[in-house]
Amino acid sequence: MSALPSTAKAVIIGAGIVGNSMAYHLARLGWTNLVQIDKGPLPNPGGSTGHASNFIFPVDHSKEMAALTFDSVAQYKDLGVFTECGGIEVARTQERMQELQRRMTSAKSWGVGDVSIVSPAEVKELVPYIDESVIVGGFYTKGVGVVDSLRAGTLMREKAQEMGALTVGANVEVTGMTVEDGRIKTVHTNSGDIDTEYVVIACGVWSPHLAEMAGAKIPLTPAVHQMMDIGPTPRFADAKGDIEFPIVRDMDTNMYERQHGTGLEIGSYAHRPILYDPDDLPSVEEASLSPTEFPFTPDDFELQLEQSLELMPEIVGDETVGQKYAINGLLSLTPDGMPILGEAPEVQGLWSVAAVWIKEGPGIGRAVAEWMALGQSEIDLHASDIARFYDHQKTREHIKQRTAEGFNKTYGIVHPGEQWASNRGVRVSPYYSRQQELGAQFYEAVGWERPQWYSSNESLLTEYGDRVMPRPAEWESRWWSPIINAEHLAMRDRAGIVDLTAFAVFDVVGPGALDALQQIALRQMDVNVGKVVYTPVLGANGGFKSDLTIMRLGDEQFRVVTGGAHGMADKKWFADRMPADGSAVLTDLTSALTTIGIWGPRARDIVSTLTSADVSHDGFGFGTCRRVEMGPLEVLASRISYVGELGWELYVPMEQGARLWDLLWEAATPHGAVPVGIGVYGTTGRLEKGYRAYGAELESEFTVVEAGMSPPKVKSADFIGKEAYLRHRDEDPAAILCTLTVEDHQGPGGQLRYMMGGEPIVAKDGSSLIDSHGRRSYVTSAGSGPSVGKHLLMSYLPSEQAVVGGELMVEYLGHTYPVTVATVGAQPLFDPKNERILS
Amino acid sequence: MDILVCVKRVPMSGGRFVLTEDGRDIETKRLGFTISPHEECAVEEAVRLVEANGGTVTVLALGVSESAEQIREQMAIGADRGIVLETDGAEWDPQATADAIASAVQRDETFFDLVMFGNESADSSGYQVGIRVAHQLGLPVVAGLKSVSVTDGVVRAERPAGTGKEVFEVPLPAVVTVREGLNLPRYPSVPGRIRAKKKPIVVHEVSRPPARLNKVRLELPADQGKRVEILGHGVEAAPEVVGMFRKIGVIS
Amino acid sequence: MTLVYIEQSDSGIDDLSLQALTFARSVAGPTATLTEAVTAEVLGDAALESLRRQGVSTLHVLRTADIDGYAPAALARGVAELAQQRAAAVVMAPSSDHGNEVMAHTAAILDQPLATDVLSLTLGAPATVARARWGGSLIEHAEVMGEPLLVTLAAHSVEVAEVSPAELAVLDFEVTLRPLDAVVVASKVQGEGSSSINLADAKVVVSGGRGVGSTEGFAVLEELADLLGGAVGCSRVVTSAGWRPHTDQVGQTGTKVAPDLYIACGISGATQHLAGCRTSKTMLVINNDPEASIMAHADYAIIGDLHTVLPAVVAEVRKAQSP
Repeated sequence: MSALPSTAKAVIIGAGIVGNSMAYHLARLGWTNLVQIDKGPLPNPGGSTGHASNFIFPVDHSKEMAALTFDSVAQYKDLGVFTECGGIEVARTQERMQELQRRMTSAKSWGVGDVSIVSPAEVKELVPYIDESVIVGGFYTKGVGVVDSLRAGTLMREKAQEMGALTVGANVEVTGMTVEDGRIKTVHTNSGDIDTEYVVIACGVWSPHLAEMAGAKIPLTPAVHQMMDIGPTPRFADAKGDIEFPIVRDMDTNMYERQHGTGLEIGSYAHRPILYDPDDLPSVEEASLSPTEFPFTPDDFELQLEQSLELMPEIVGDETVGQKYAINGLLSLTPDGMPILGEAPEVQGLWSVAAVWIKEGPGIGRAVAEWMALGQSEIDLHASDIARFYDHQKTREHIKQRTAEGFNKTYGIVHPGEQWASNRGVRVSPYYSRQQELGAQFYEAVGWERPQWYSSNESLLTEYGDRVMPRPAEWESRWWSPIINAEHLAMRDRAGIVDLTAFAVFDVVGPGALDALQQIALRQMDVNVGKVVYTPVLGANGGFKSDLTIMRLGDEQFRVVTGGAHGMADKKWFADRMPADGSAVLTDLTSALTTIGIWGPRARDIVSTLTSADVSHDGFGFGTCRRVEMGPLEVLASRISYVGELGWELYVPMEQGARLWDLLWEAATPHGAVPVGIGVYGTTGRLEKGYRAYGAELESEFTVVEAGMSPPKVKSADFIGKEAYLRHRDEDPAAILCTLTVEDHQGPGGQLRYMMGGEPIVAKDGSSLIDSHGRRSYVTSAGSGPSVGKHLLMSYLPSEQAVVGGELMVEYLGHTYPVTVATVGAQPLFDPKNERILS
Repeated sequence: MDILVCVKRVPMSGGRFVLTEDGRDIETKRLGFTISPHEECAVEEAVRLVEANGGTVTVLALGVSESAEQIREQMAIGADRGIVLETDGAEWDPQATADAIASAVQRDETFFDLVMFGNESADSSGYQVGIRVAHQLGLPVVAGLKSVSVTDGVVRAERPAGTGKEVFEVPLPAVVTVREGLNLPRYPSVPGRIRAKKKPIVVHEVSRPPARLNKVRLELPADQGKRVEILGHGVEAAPEVVGMFRKIGVIS
Repeated sequence: MTLVYIEQSDSGIDDLSLQALTFARSVAGPTATLTEAVTAEVLGDAALESLRRQGVSTLHVLRTADIDGYAPAALARGVAELAQQRAAAVVMAPSSDHGNEVMAHTAAILDQPLATDVLSLTLGAPATVARARWGGSLIEHAEVMGEPLLVTLAAHSVEVAEVSPAELAVLDFEVTLRPLDAVVVASKVQGEGSSSINLADAKVVVSGGRGVGSTEGFAVLEELADLLGGAVGCSRVVTSAGWRPHTDQVGQTGTKVAPDLYIACGISGATQHLAGCRTSKTMLVINNDPEASIMAHADYAIIGDLHTVLPAVVAEVRKAQSP
């Protein structure tokens, strides 16, 4: 063990699978003077890596997780530590069979091959010790395997050492960190201090504790999942290796069973959530096993004994097979179930690689190392970005409630539209009580209670009849209502008023503001005061980082408005790129301002009664903003529209929001305006207009050209991603984003089915559509288009398929439905000439 | 034959103990619990004897109500019934413990042919509860046993003594205290655990008489102040080691 | 007066009894109390000489009628009667199998508290003791409200020391037995005279833990033990796995050893194991992990894999021992 240096380029805290992977990939990317420390011994420091069950199921509904897992498996295979054994998710109920079909769908969308739905008899052939009468079917993935993550980590760490890039210190405990001017400076340990440019926290369940030392927050909680080993059993008596039979996930009971040498390991995510505080963890010396192996609580496993006995009576019911080992093992849970990766917003140079499971460890190590060393990762990590959290989401209470709620959904059937039940009502609009009176059905987005639709609009159902495109099947009508479509139609007929309070808003102010924003935005920012610019924000590779609106309010004042969901990540992106000399300063106004949108053919009629300002088309052009007086309020009105109608976004200070709401309604009611929820604003309106959404259509993997959002000219000013963007403009795009319409919804038994997003788009013969970069076509967004009378799907199609009128198929829950390419690129389906917006 | 095995709920020791703030107890909030290794062997032996001869195994614990957890574990390997003499959590000295157990035995509807104890508990290691109970019940007692067998109402018991062993033959009813090494206890099976849930455990509250051996506080033994001298790494250290052997006189 | 229950060994008084006698003298306070010893055995000259050098004033030899063999209840009856007759303030024994057993019976007969594995004893009102818990990994401070005070002395916690020999009176004591006292009598069966050294008495112990890996892995430990004239020991993990018999187990529930040299190979140092070997004079640890718990109790260490280190050590020892 070498002595620790006193300076380093990066100190990696943690020698579990993630820390080791980070060390290797940073070294591979050319970083030297790396120091890796762990307070435990090597090779097994006693974290979750040391006892984790180490199996990998590659199919995930999340594209990001599937990509990270795919990459991890490739790395494990390269290291020679991957043993393929196959895996079967079994269903005990018919509802679960539908979910398994969804797994097939996701497998196809993300390109996981060798998957199939199997019958109980087929499961029995693969897993002879199962009682197949207990199940109704299964989802078999041949490529499931187990890995020796300890060995993988050791090999990766040793490679970094061999490269001369890494010094390793075991039994070194971090006692504190020094931050200077908002940047990490020194790591203090019980073996000396290290001045360093970067700190990587890869400490699993201890990560929040470490982050706190630097004044940052990593919102995860240690939580238990139970594991028991029984054996040896005659069935596995001749076992030559660790595992020779497929792993079984008993989804409906939230359990798994797998061979483990001569015995059987039974794991459970079914018990009550048992959460710990990071300060509760024992030290390495105190723990009888390891600090992440807690004493087993048999009461919590009672039901699981019976359920595993039901499923595998041959082994579990054998009286001679004894229980040798049982623990409450610790793992990390986060409030939204995604890892926590990236530079902490509070402290520059402090990087988090936390809440990572074995199955994505190496992939995340590579991605975050790329992010650190190259500025960008190949796999888009926007859903795992640490910057995504708002303050309230980092509180103990929020973490506790959401992780507890999420824990028992580990193998659950989670509807894509499903809402959280816990910790609601944290952020409410100033007109919340008005919305309640209108029967708002509140859905939550980053803590904000936003009306998804209003039950007071129920009468519209009669008015619009079948045009509301009702959904007979239970699954896609869950977390949905035809009232959404009725609101959409009423808005397009008359006017709709939308609560947009959840916008993240921040000003960039100062003599350097223009220059700073020119660097960040693709579009020209040197525009007249009062202009509103809708612009993509690119990463260095020319892929999307965000898309948002910037208003020029003054020569040196710009207001950035972005969707709440990615607001905090966007804010960090901008904040990180403010000039060092302070000539431009970013101020967060999210909680200072509230926004209400009003759109529809009658919007001008309504607004003109509220203000004496000239709101005619010539007086107040599209894409401009100005302050107008409405009653006693000074309102910043911005004439843009994400729903594709005439109208404005209206901004007032938060405390005046209720008054603005009331003013609007007073004026709007006689014109038949209706309250309109996010069901319209986020989906139906924009799908008809071909408007893209970040995180759905727009990701780092897709270029501006592919997204069909390339304006005719490129500004001469330099901006992040310009070089790549210019290259993309010169090339033929490998894929183009299109809008497709579903032609026939008839599914099995004649029931009409409606896709919800994530489904693969395939050729008429059922073969996958793969572009020249190896990317598969899948539905990025799906929803009703009531004004065009069609169910709409957005998808990137390989260029040769991106032809209006092209006939393809969408695969949904095991059946294919014919779809037609309706538009290619950003061409709107509804009101293609934008007459409404420009009226 | 009907056998009673007396056990005690003790924390699982790991690497190092942590004491509570007032220094009176071990901090157990992060620890699991078990019974002493000697007692595990006692229960295993009792289960084997009953498997061979018929009868019942009762497991008794004096301690907090959670002691039932430990009794369930023993039921999972074959014990039939349980008795908890429930205390409020304060420590009981060996005399008080023995008194309570003897009373419970006398009160119990089952007549026990054999009453078994671990030779000493893992934590307080008094070496005396079993013997005291025997005196109270007027029964013969053999202690520290590594081998026990029963034939025709006689216990044949053995234990090591020097290089040989001591052999006892004692008529039932009797009390024995046993040591780990008596047998290799089985692990519970899942069906065993499931059955255990339905077996009866009866709870009697007991109140502690004044202690005559009264624990005042605990203390971690002082660091022996040893600074380990590293003789070397890997095979290169071998000559150094032999040098040390010479120095301490283990080789000439 | 302090009454000490003692036993013989092959060469005189057994070591633990001598430790108890040494301790007894330290308990004697300003009231210059005497030490008297009690035994059930007939002692030879060497034993009697040892007693003189321990300052024992009187040796009581218990006569237990027709009982032929070690009978703990009968002996305790004698100790109890004697203690009362002689007004002993303290009655003690070493914390050996017999010692604890006889004292437990005595305590039951006298209905007095018994503190076992005692490390120190302070007379007073009440008397206090420090005693070992968890095999010595924890110390308990307790008050003892008893008369006479009954204790057993923790093994190897006291160094034997002698005083100038005193006059020793040897008296027989006829014990009045009750019927139950005579029921449990041991018949002694000699060992098969095996060549291997008894673990408890070995001067050198070569001990293996989880790191040894298998039954076969112990071959090299046996080799080294042979060369050094010692015995092989093991940790509880090893016996649970079935690699070695329980008689080899060193630990709180196994054998407690106090050799001149204890070599711990691939043993991490759980408290229950340390309880069995902490009284070793010198401890050498062979382990891959320089921060293993056992290092805190080690005098010497080799950091490395025992599977390569031990054969190298064996080779060096052979070299050193060859003529």
